Amino acid sequence: MLESTQLYAIAGIVLFGMGLYALIVFPHLLRKILGMNIMGTGVFMVFVAIGYRGLDELPDPVPHALVITGIVVAVCATGLALALATQIGIKTGTARLTPDVEEDDGS
Amino acid sequence: MTAGRGFVLLLIVLLVLVLAGIIALVTPDKARLADLAIANVPQSGVLNPVTAVLLNFRGYDTLLEVAVLFLAIVGIWSMARHARVWIKIPDTPVLVVFVRLLLPLMVIAAGYLFWLGADFPGGAFQGGAVLGGMGVLWVAAALWQPPASFRRLLRPLLSLGILAFTTVALLTLFMGYNLLQYPPAQAKTLIIIIEGAAVLSIGATLTLLFIGGFPKKRED
Repeated sequence: MLESTQLYAIAGIVLFGMGLYALIVFPHLLRKILGMNIMGTGVFMVFVAIGYRGLDELPDPVPHALVITGIVVAVCATGLALALATQIGIKTGTARLTPDVEEDDGS
Repeated sequence: MTAGRGFVLLLIVLLVLVLAGIIALVTPDKARLADLAIANVPQSGVLNPVTAVLLNFRGYDTLLEVAVLFLAIVGIWSMARHARVWIKIPDTPVLVVFVRLLLPLMVIAAGYLFWLGADFPGGAFQGGAVLGGMGVLWVAAALWQPPASFRRLLRPLLSLGILAFTTVALLTLFMGYNLLQYPPAQAKTLIIIIEGAAVLSIGATLTLLFIGGFPKKRED
């Protein structure tokens, strides 16, 4: 039988998988950055679930500390990635990778 | 294209199933780092175990993370010399009044979170995030065109966190301790100094990430 914390951790893993799919499949850089963020959120969710030790005990402070810094670092990585994507957009006229491959559904 | 996507999807589903299986089947071992960390909190100078881990037990880790924040801004500024304003929010009186009311409250909340962090949930990263949110609102509501004097303050403000952190790290080395191993009597003071510097730098970093370049001179 699954405990609720395991369900949270599995939900985090599913989020990670969804983000990874978007990161690999979609050619538009903004979608890749969004996918990367969803992956990160999934990882944070797993960490928070792992850190939970029941209502009576203090949560494990080590994964919590990692998540706290991780959130801020993820925002910074996103900012840098967006700046890179913006520059690519300005320099090449498009923020999509491999624009010569056939057109796909509206991204 | 669909075949490629299907293949990627299949691989990711497999990966998710394997990872979920590990979570579901492996029961975590109760004797973990958590007990060691919680047992040593009284020696760390603070009462909040998360702050103790962040700034004492794993201080070098947090030092590098503060460096990452700094490098993100350096990277952005090296690419885009001047910020472009991507969003235009209509300056309705409601927004302006709302933001004007909210800004001082957010400063108080950020300071409170930072101060609380020593002993209760809170800390530099939480306070910095509130400050960053404040900065984003401020910029988005276009209430703020940075004057020249403020532009000169930006670089010191951004580097304050990493400078304070490395100064304390070097200080602990000169005092004969290991890197970021605080003398127990001064541990709280040193942690508060680092956090106070970090909260300002994190707030400034997050705001400038939103601006996405060096703030323009006042011209319009």
